[in-house]
Amino acid sequence: MSILFENARLIDPEAGTDSLGWLLVKDGQIAAKGQGRPTPKATRVVDCAGACLAPGLVDIGVKIGEPGERHKESFRSAGAAAAAGGVTTIVTRADTTPPIDTPETLEFVRRRAQDATAVRILPMAALTKGREGREMTELGFLLDAGAVAFGDGDQVLRDNKVLSRCMVYARSLGALIVGHPQDPVLSEGAAVTSGKFASLKGLPAVSPMAERMGLERDLALVEMTGVAYHADQISTAKSLPALRRAKEAGLNVTAGISIHHLTLNEFDVGDYRTFFKVKPPLRAEEDRVAMVEALREGLIDIICSMHTPQDEESKRLPFEAAASGAVGLETLLPGALRLHHGAGISLPHLFKALSLNPARRFGLQGGSLADGAVADLILFDPNRPFVLDRFALQSKSKNTPFDGARLQGVVLASYVNGACIYERTGA
Amino acid sequence: MSFRQNHLLGIETLAPDEIVTVLDLADRYAELERGDDKHGDALQGLTQINMFFEASTRTQASFELAGKRLGADVMNMAMAASSLKKGETLIDTALTLNAMHPDLLVVRHPHSGAVNLLAEKVNCAVLNAGDGKHEHPTQALLDALTIRRAKGRLHRLNIAICGDIAHSRVARSNILLLGKMENRIRLIGPPTLMPAGVSEWGVEMYDDMQAGLAGCDVVMMLRLQKERMDGAFIPSEREYYHRFGLDAEKLSAAKDDSIVMHPGPMNRGVEIDGTIADDINRSVIQEQVEMGVAVRMAAMDLLAQNLRARRAERGRQI
Repeated sequence: MSILFENARLIDPEAGTDSLGWLLVKDGQIAAKGQGRPTPKATRVVDCAGACLAPGLVDIGVKIGEPGERHKESFRSAGAAAAAGGVTTIVTRADTTPPIDTPETLEFVRRRAQDATAVRILPMAALTKGREGREMTELGFLLDAGAVAFGDGDQVLRDNKVLSRCMVYARSLGALIVGHPQDPVLSEGAAVTSGKFASLKGLPAVSPMAERMGLERDLALVEMTGVAYHADQISTAKSLPALRRAKEAGLNVTAGISIHHLTLNEFDVGDYRTFFKVKPPLRAEEDRVAMVEALREGLIDIICSMHTPQDEESKRLPFEAAASGAVGLETLLPGALRLHHGAGISLPHLFKALSLNPARRFGLQGGSLADGAVADLILFDPNRPFVLDRFALQSKSKNTPFDGARLQGVVLASYVNGACIYERTGA
Repeated sequence: MSFRQNHLLGIETLAPDEIVTVLDLADRYAELERGDDKHGDALQGLTQINMFFEASTRTQASFELAGKRLGADVMNMAMAASSLKKGETLIDTALTLNAMHPDLLVVRHPHSGAVNLLAEKVNCAVLNAGDGKHEHPTQALLDALTIRRAKGRLHRLNIAICGDIAHSRVARSNILLLGKMENRIRLIGPPTLMPAGVSEWGVEMYDDMQAGLAGCDVVMMLRLQKERMDGAFIPSEREYYHRFGLDAEKLSAAKDDSIVMHPGPMNRGVEIDGTIADDINRSVIQEQVEMGVAVRMAAMDLLAQNLRARRAERGRQI
């Protein structure tokens, strides 16, 4: 079984190239590629008509409602959303109910995921039992069961001694820890970022400094223990010098950011619009611009959707009482393309942050157009405009801040292991 | 008539001419209230529901009286004690009430923005009687009316707002209103009780009472909540009174004919000295209460006129 993609605009994040050519997939792997007109024969030929062919997105830190909140999102609905959004690999968060903190729950998740969708779903596991920050989980067993990283989600581990022991132990196993840099005391109860807007609206707020304090604490412990560490979301300019220092000192540190913090700012909350309530809260415009620059420079490695499904009931509440989080699997690509169209970030660079870097950092397949790599691919038109209707989303939950937004970039088809898992129908 | 609102959710959305419209009408109602027959008929036939999700005596009584004087059927619902405890959401409560066809809904809620949320879900006019740390528009309007009657104008005045600005919805609405009417506003208080980003509000900030009060026409004191007194925001009650409590000595820095205001209820000996609060030459605190009823009558009258106009318009369309 082989597929030949011809007349494609190949986006190769590894080589950093964006060129017209062809790509041959054989037995689920990328077999060859080249410029201009193709020579190889294949059982199936796809004329891409100049659309972009790129590695599928690898989305780190997706919340799926299984177990516990299947009415918000199931593996099936998340899989459908991912495929439609060009996400071919999902790394799930452990902040489910109950949390994924034993090999048995992890096994449940893996089995459910496998049955429900063709999208690759790989689980993270909790770092501490019950995400309570007191005792470490069975990191070794969980690793054997298939956990790709460890983290307690947005539940910040308060006890430095516990965290340092977790890190030392994880280091010995070569496991990756995903932290949520935030000072838990300063940020308690906060709904927005402190400043003029928060004060005018009378909402409980947290200073951006709380993120830097959380990051500095984590980085100090990383330096002490030598563990591999990924900061899930860096969202303020105040955190960047600390991140830069850590990287320059050679610590095994990477950083991510959600698409919402790259494309929206605190004013988008407007008149208490709870779909814009996320964790950490949306920041000032200066911070957003600084984050785009940090992404351009490579200081921030990974863009993720921080997909957090919430039903209408959790959001139709006064702002401070409403649940945090936004769905993002289907808006990750068009959101990221705003940075291409608006901030001039090249497509290969964008796919480094969306595909290559997360795949490498979490030790996953995909993210690459290299010969021999798995054929997890997406075909998309980066320019086609559309207005997002939240009720057209595949996710069970429709809590997107991009409702009614004018976006550009449409996924035409998604492939996992060389098999088509999504094809856009209609115009 | 220049009052174009369907609801009164905050000062933020009011234009200066709308503020003047409310105050002018309230002035007339203040005269009505001082007569023997206090009744008007502007709200005749309408139903007013007061929903207080937070305990209140003064504001609720003021709204109730205002409605009754204008002929509305007034119902009070103490929500703090009722359905919220049974787990009903704000939206469900709103829909339940909506089915009872109220015309005016007066709402106080501990969460900022909750009244805005509610206003989206009902078909009547909603008045914000205080939401979290956000706004308390009728308080700002009654303060403005009190100032205008005492000073003869509502522009180009030096106005000091003193105390716990950070947690005060009264302060926010007053800053917005007095700013719109082109006054010079000074905020005085300890930095722990100043909101973040306040320097961008177009106000001056002081942490010294005497310096801040120098040359002021109006001194507005704010209530300091009991739970903020001990250690968390200020070292102690007595240190607060020493540095920020309004006494004769500090007040002497303001203009000789300056007026002293307080939204009530007062903590005598904490934010204000008792003798100043009772000084009929300086304190307009009692008049504030009186103007409260008049302003609420005016606001409800104007909203009811717009409501009736909207309904008549809809009737014509059908």
